[in-house]
Amino acid sequence: MAKVDFKVPELKQYAEIPAVTPETMAHSRPFVAKPEFQEPLGFPGALADDWQERAIAKMGDLLSRYRSLRVYLDSCVKCGSCTDKCHYYLGTQDPKNMPVGRQDLMRKVYRRYFTLAGKFFPKLVGAEDFTREVLDDWYSYYHQCSQCRRCSVFCPYGIDTAEISMAAREIMDHIGVGQKYCNEIIGKVFKIGNNLGLPGPALQDTLEGLEEDVLDDTGVAVKYPLDQVGAEILLVTPSADFFAEPHVDGLVGYGKVFHEAGVSWTLSSYASEAANFGMFIGSYENMRRVAQRIREAAIDLKVKRIVFGECGHAWRVAYSFLNTLAGPWDFLDPRYPVPQHICEFTHGLMQEGKLTFDKSQNDDKVLTYHDSCNVARASRMGSVPGGQFDIPRAIIRATCNHFYDMDEETIRERTFCCGGGGGLLTDDLMELRVKGARPRVEALNNVMQEKGVTHMAAICAICKSQFTKVLPFYGMEMDQIVSLHQLVSNAIVLTPGDDDELEDDEEDEEAA
Amino acid sequence: MSFVTVAYASLFYLAAAVLLAGLAAKVVQYARTPAPLKIPTTPAPTTQSGVVLRMAREVVLFESLFKGNKWIWLFGWIFHFGLFLVTLRHLRYFIEPVWLPIALIQPFGIYGGMAMVVGLLGLWARRILVDRVRYITGPSDHLMLGLLVSIGVSGLMMTFVVHTDVVAVKEFFRGLVTFQVAPLPSDPLLLLHLLLVAVLMIVFPFSKLLHAPGLFFSPTRNQADNPREKRHVAEWAKRLEQQP
Ligand code: SF4
Ligand code: SF4
Repeated sequence: MAKVDFKVPELKQYAEIPAVTPETMAHSRPFVAKPEFQEPLGFPGALADDWQERAIAKMGDLLSRYRSLRVYLDSCVKCGSCTDKCHYYLGTQDPKNMPVGRQDLMRKVYRRYFTLAGKFFPKLVGAEDFTREVLDDWYSYYHQCSQCRRCSVFCPYGIDTAEISMAAREIMDHIGVGQKYCNEIIGKVFKIGNNLGLPGPALQDTLEGLEEDVLDDTGVAVKYPLDQVGAEILLVTPSADFFAEPHVDGLVGYGKVFHEAGVSWTLSSYASEAANFGMFIGSYENMRRVAQRIREAAIDLKVKRIVFGECGHAWRVAYSFLNTLAGPWDFLDPRYPVPQHICEFTHGLMQEGKLTFDKSQNDDKVLTYHDSCNVARASRMGSVPGGQFDIPRAIIRATCNHFYDMDEETIRERTFCCGGGGGLLTDDLMELRVKGARPRVEALNNVMQEKGVTHMAAICAICKSQFTKVLPFYGMEMDQIVSLHQLVSNAIVLTPGDDDELEDDEEDEEAA
Repeated sequence: MSFVTVAYASLFYLAAAVLLAGLAAKVVQYARTPAPLKIPTTPAPTTQSGVVLRMAREVVLFESLFKGNKWIWLFGWIFHFGLFLVTLRHLRYFIEPVWLPIALIQPFGIYGGMAMVVGLLGLWARRILVDRVRYITGPSDHLMLGLLVSIGVSGLMMTFVVHTDVVAVKEFFRGLVTFQVAPLPSDPLLLLHLLLVAVLMIVFPFSKLLHAPGLFFSPTRNQADNPREKRHVAEWAKRLEQQP
């Protein structure tokens, strides 16, 4: 655990709304991107003298292209409903982390330059010039929003602060003040194909290693194919699944499910990343460029279906935006939604009775489930609204004997962000991440005390990495967070394939 | 014709013009601005009729606000519902003969007026007492509450304390509608009440009162959750597709 130069919040039994304490997080700001990370994305390398003019021009451009931005900047009545809904406010007490406080940082500039009231009576309506100080505040606080949309659930007009954070980051990128973490990563996707910069041969190695491990463990030859032209399914998964714990156990699980389904599938070394950080920086153009890689891979590999692995924001981009950004998908099999979530796939097989589970394999755990914000509030699974809550839970119930939900106020559409979403999963924001995780960890702690929960399952690469890192700050173990398909992987009873040797076969049956 | 009558007639023509033109301009601006991505806050209805229902629940019941904060919901809803009744009650000044439902609603309009003031005072109290709401409240928010409370109180005073010649008031407003200006009684309370209403009409399109049209254009609320079934592409985004 890294050295801590801040106070880790105390966990309480009942959620408390803290008192407003201004500027507690004014110092929190991620590293600024160097020119070499800005330019590949089409952004200027550094702040120019006329930055203010350019920023206002960009704001005007976005106002004319995004109805959300225009309507949300106009509509807030300062009712206060959202003020206690953001995990960053709850964890830091900084009023600029209240959703409306965050919006107002942009609203005051909007009013000054784009409304009559702000031009003539700036003091009255809280309009302000876009000064260097305001820009500094933007950089701090628009990088303290994980774009989780919890605020939008409770706002009478559905004002989504994520939309405003995205626009702010887009404006800042266009004047040369980008965030290093996001922009460097997007550059890697363009150059190598994934966020982690893993080249094709490294992926091949990893996947072969997985095949060996699974064979050793189960005696069944489960395949983890890469770049297999003509496979039926293209699996697009976050690159963390290739090596990080507990992510990789999820990938093992996907392979086992495909094996049981008896379908051919493949990963792509070209589109070896489900994540799309273009969304975090609010850049339609970059998000589209990243998404197009999936289209190209699907065409090149001649697949019929696309399935996404466990990742929250990736599923938002996939479910909600992929058709827009990289469609139409008329060359794929029209009998299946494009794309599908791996949970939809697994759940579908369960319904058809094609999967057999030995739940006792997970008896060493008592589970709870963390709804990832982008899955919960920005997408869906299955054919009815709310499937994104019920399908993962149905899978857990089918694979585990012990499952308890956390407090109703902290799950489903009201779920709390892990604290690391929205492009904030970087070490230079550790204090923010730890403090922002508090509401979620508090709810987890309560079910641990009350129900004896030992593990929390998640279906998001960012959530998994974030919890692995921050749980120890709260005195918990990093391996208390598990992949949902890790549970599937543990419980699934594999059917030996034709090429499995007889002795393996027997061993498997004995084990079962 | 008295100076007061001419002044108030002109004021109301001006206020009506500003309100209508300003709102129309805003609505056109909202409608013309594309929403390039599907961003409904989920779980969301999957069909257009489902969206209409969701929107109706937001407009009539303030569903999201109810989820968010029961006090704000209570005061906010009381105020808006009161305002709605008051508005219906005031329709009698503009139509002749008065429609039956409007005639029936008259007594409720008075309760509406009281409810309106109670709701507003509750909301105002929160602005002062709750530290988070105090932090986000600016001068314009206090002014807006002051304006609305003054309109409500001056109106109620004319009902309960200092009566005015409502028949003449009706003549005046009927006259405005038919472009034959009739004299307006010059009771100070009435003049104050009407002045404040005109001010409200004028500031409407330039203030946070835009939340009224805004709600209907909010993409997180008015979009159906069907992105996989239906491709959604904005005009400006189509141009990106033309490029290789
Ligand atoms: S989107 Fe999430 S992180 Fe951002 S302001 Fe709203 S609640 Fe906070
Ligand atoms: S809930 Fe919506 S309208 Fe109310 S203060 Fe927050 S953003 Fe503004």
